[in-house]
Amino acid sequence: MAAKSIISRPVYGTLSPQLGRHHLFVADAEGARAISDMAAKAPAGFFTDAHIIYIAGSGSEANVVALEALGPAQFYQGPSFASALPRLKQTLTNAHMGLRVYLAGTEGLIGQAMQAALEAGIDHTSMLTEHRGSLARRMQCVHCKGITENVTTQPAACSHCGLLLLVRDHYSRRIAAFQGVCINAEDRSEIPPIEEAFP
Amino acid sequence: MSTGTTKLDVVVSDVVPVNDLVTRFHFRRRDGQLLPTFSGGAHVVVEMRDGERTRLNPYSLMGSPLDTREYTISVRRDDVGRGGSLFMHNQVRPGLEMVVSYPVNLFSLDLRAKKHLMLAGGIGITPFMAQTTQLAAEGGNFELHYTCRTASLGTYADVLRERYDRRVRLYHDDLGERIELDRLLSSQPLGTHLYVCGPAGMIGWVRDRAAALGWPSETVHFEHFAAPQPGAPFDVTLAISGKTIRVGEQQSLLEAIEAAGVDPPYLCRGGVCGQCETNVISADGKFIHNDHWLTEEEHRSGKKIMPCVSRFEGRSLVLER
Ligand code: FES
Repeated sequence: MAAKSIISRPVYGTLSPQLGRHHLFVADAEGARAISDMAAKAPAGFFTDAHIIYIAGSGSEANVVALEALGPAQFYQGPSFASALPRLKQTLTNAHMGLRVYLAGTEGLIGQAMQAALEAGIDHTSMLTEHRGSLARRMQCVHCKGITENVTTQPAACSHCGLLLLVRDHYSRRIAAFQGVCINAEDRSEIPPIEEAFP
Repeated sequence: MSTGTTKLDVVVSDVVPVNDLVTRFHFRRRDGQLLPTFSGGAHVVVEMRDGERTRLNPYSLMGSPLDTREYTISVRRDDVGRGGSLFMHNQVRPGLEMVVSYPVNLFSLDLRAKKHLMLAGGIGITPFMAQTTQLAAEGGNFELHYTCRTASLGTYADVLRERYDRRVRLYHDDLGERIELDRLLSSQPLGTHLYVCGPAGMIGWVRDRAAALGWPSETVHFEHFAAPQPGAPFDVTLAISGKTIRVGEQQSLLEAIEAAGVDPPYLCRGGVCGQCETNVISADGKFIHNDHWLTEEEHRSGKKIMPCVSRFEGRSLVLER
């Protein structure tokens, strides 16, 4: 689990079954295991009101089998967050109070799904999150505003403008990304050592 | 000086009977200035000088937050209560100089909400008078469900219907009309916040159903002014000031402490804000906790007490302050 450093740095918890009428899960391959672990503690019949949106990425088929075995009312599997987003938005638009949201997986996945839920009016403190898997960050370049996914190094190059960025702990919930700031603005030829910081 | 409750010198500018049980009081500042601004849901603590006794009762401000030339409160007469409401009804006349606290809001709107669902019971309508005015001025989305015993005791029901038409839904106990709570709660759009003010039983019912139906606790707001309960007199020693005082049958522990010349902090005087929390140094007897602030575990531990509403029965009690 990612350590807490500055205030905007998100803090994640552990999924636990909540009271509610409907339960919406968004998870990636790593997060799928958090759902399975939670299922062990869930009351019988819990998943009959559940909707699982599973973003497989390059994840294993085994997860799909495990998630389907929980017997959710709806199960969706998509290759990327972008492909799942319309469905997520549609679900939130049609939802009523009583829907509980559970997000599990990498920070990029949690952050982007949370962003959609926030827009729908759910307070971030009302969502359950569990960080699993890679610490890779979604980073916004403060200079060109481009977003680079899956940043694992410190510093990291912006995939849009090419600047070498210091990946800060400053996190924006609105854009679901960490801020990256040019690390060698004075002298571009100065290249600090690049380390694997977010494995 | 009680936290956040700096005093305002006011004069009663009007007293208006509303129905068989409720009277409205208007206050203006004695120096003619505007009163401090407040937001919908705020209350003031009104000081009542009744001969030897000073009573301090909290009442919701029901006037428009956009107009601070006066404060208005509505007081429901309670013939078997401890006398505060009777004092207001029987003794307070236009022209009387009184003292009220600065407004405090323990029941504010969460303005991030996409919709505000309000549930009122009886005199619990008063904070919603100000909140609906505030929201209507901002184009806010709200819906008010108001239960009252009979149409004639539906305090301000006519005003609200006139102002907001279908956004207000009335339920009369004598006609057997009940809020279909589960249906109402389950049909609200995502991003709705719930507000409830009324008798303790109603608040308990609504909070329980909301939790069971999956409303996150951050979206459920409630206000309950629990009047201090009378009980057998008891003695208490205050460790810091070294005073030993007697709490009378009709007096709250907080009132007795104040009468002894100690000025403890308070905000709500109803057992919900946490401001008056006090440590118990030693006790031989039984606590009667009436507050909504301490956890059940804290109640059982006997290490803390909320003097505004809680009592004690037993041989000895020593509080920190
Ligand atoms: S004054 Fe608020 S809990 Fe006692």
